[in-house]
Amino acid sequence: MSRTHRIFVPADSAALALGADALVTAIAAEASRRQVAVQIVRTGSRGMHWLEPLVEVQTDEGRIGYGPVSAEDVASLFEAGWLEGGAHARRIGAPELQPFMARQTRWTFERCGIIDPLSWDDFVAHGGGQALAQARLQGAEATLAAIIESGLRGRGGAGFPAGIKWRTVRETQANIRYVVCNADEGDAGTFADRMLMEGDPLALIEGMAICGFVVGARKGFIYIRSEYPRAIQVLEQALELARTRGLLAECDIELRIGAGSYVCGEETALLESLEGKRGQVRAKPPLPAHAGLFGKPTVVNNVLTLATVPSILLRGAAAYAALGHGRSRGTMPIQLAGNIRHGGLFEAAFGISLAELVDDIGGGTASGRPVRAVQVGGPLGAYFPRALFDTPLDYEAFTARDGLVGHGGIVVFDETVDMLRQARFAMEFCAAESCGKCTPCRVGSVRGMEVVDKIIAGRDVDSNLALLEDLCHTLRLGSLCALGGFVPFPVLSALRHFPQDFHRP
Amino acid sequence: MAWDVRKAAEIIEAHRHLDGPALPVLRALQDAFGYLPEEATTQVAEALNISRAEVHGVISFYHDFRRAPVGRTSLKLCRAEACQAMGADELASEACAQLGTSWHGTTADGRVTLEPVFCLGLCSVAPAALVGDELVGRANWPRLAAALEKCGR
Repeated sequence: MSRTHRIFVPADSAALALGADALVTAIAAEASRRQVAVQIVRTGSRGMHWLEPLVEVQTDEGRIGYGPVSAEDVASLFEAGWLEGGAHARRIGAPELQPFMARQTRWTFERCGIIDPLSWDDFVAHGGGQALAQARLQGAEATLAAIIESGLRGRGGAGFPAGIKWRTVRETQANIRYVVCNADEGDAGTFADRMLMEGDPLALIEGMAICGFVVGARKGFIYIRSEYPRAIQVLEQALELARTRGLLAECDIELRIGAGSYVCGEETALLESLEGKRGQVRAKPPLPAHAGLFGKPTVVNNVLTLATVPSILLRGAAAYAALGHGRSRGTMPIQLAGNIRHGGLFEAAFGISLAELVDDIGGGTASGRPVRAVQVGGPLGAYFPRALFDTPLDYEAFTARDGLVGHGGIVVFDETVDMLRQARFAMEFCAAESCGKCTPCRVGSVRGMEVVDKIIAGRDVDSNLALLEDLCHTLRLGSLCALGGFVPFPVLSALRHFPQDFHRP
Repeated sequence: MAWDVRKAAEIIEAHRHLDGPALPVLRALQDAFGYLPEEATTQVAEALNISRAEVHGVISFYHDFRRAPVGRTSLKLCRAEACQAMGADELASEACAQLGTSWHGTTADGRVTLEPVFCLGLCSVAPAALVGDELVGRANWPRLAAALEKCGR
């Protein structure tokens, strides 16, 4: 008696970029040639991207992984009896027992890579919908108290306590309030929002629904970047599903697509963009919590912040707050990227050190050369040399070392990197993406690029370095938002920690 | 596609009810016509009751909006740090040489437009590219050429 075998293949962008669709075609063709009944389920990614496409088969002993699998491997996998978990060079065993997975503490990414992101049954079977039901039952005040107690801080980068922001919006007098999800994940080296939206979009939607319920918003927007076509596709379908299943009864959610502007990840620029204007930063105050979208009180939270809310309510605010380090409570989805052997998504409690992340978990560089620098927190984050690898992942600890945790992206560079070029790139990027509203950023970034060019050319290096430091000081203190305000982090950290690259004969 | 006032009016009408409709309207128009000619500015301004200057300001602010036609397939190469760490600059130089064009340029046969992109969220499988609708991780020129070949068919 033959049965239908279940095979799980990620449809996450990282897997698609490595040929997952062609692989599915090959598996289906081979199964039909062998007259084996298979059901192929498309999931998100587990986050072990060096193993993508990572295919899992359902066996009596649970799910067994094979990766990385290419279309050429398919025939030999069937030959090896992989549908029963047969031995093969690509077999990795149970994915959750891989050291990379076993060392994680997953809250935000609990379901990602396991479920079919667009299956309501999967969602419900894994606890989906219960947190919203619980919130409705216990009421807005008690739900808000739990979010405050959890110590959850904004995962977009600023690290502002989410519960306090929600309370401010809730208590601001208004006839209309909004919830806006910032899904404009533009920082290089970060992809956690993308993975979550592709792998467990209903977690985000449920989190937004809870937020809307707590603050009294009847309308929400997800502002997603256009560079994420797959996530857009999944979210559109997930929103439809959520609407028919009653998840959006109190607060409906509309998906809006950005138009390629990095600065629109800044919350006030994002609001301008949502209103249909140029994505120019607003001066604060007023805070968006007082006067945000269309002048109404607005919660603007990152994808991960909102998507973590349901698991906090279900597993307990105190349990979440018990994790972490210093004032950084709970877990952080860390993204290991760039020149790294084991790249991917690693969710861990705050406090883990850079050395542990880069060397132990990441396995060093992909090129096999020594690690020279890591950039943490996106294009506006500092470059850290090995001497600072003892820094624990903690908002305040990074600030104390003139760096940022940001959105938790870690980009690894090997010894071939030229830090002077990286400093120039930071200025170039700022010049390209500046919204133009404030002078330090608009003009300073262009002047910064010119000054670095002079240093590259070896002209008056010492006086140009002094000028660069002075310019960074102006940018740091004079810019309206974090784009100009933080671009000194990569530039000055490169100069401070790698001075030899700036003083070439 | 050449600008078509009636078709454009239909597209604008379909999005006009949205809160802050300008970006969705412009995106839908670009999806339909491939780019946003001068006529788009005038027609959108009139339909949304805002000035032409405002519409022009929005179109010129965002990198996604194009004011001139481009090649049939877009090749977007990531230029951001994670991809740099895996040789994106070298890949870009090779792509420019192979295509005989530079950033924002279109090949002589009008087939491919080369565009920079700052992050596709594929930083763990860098360098990354988007060829038409197809994502490419651990990109090298042979893989990009194969993906372009597929789009050309």
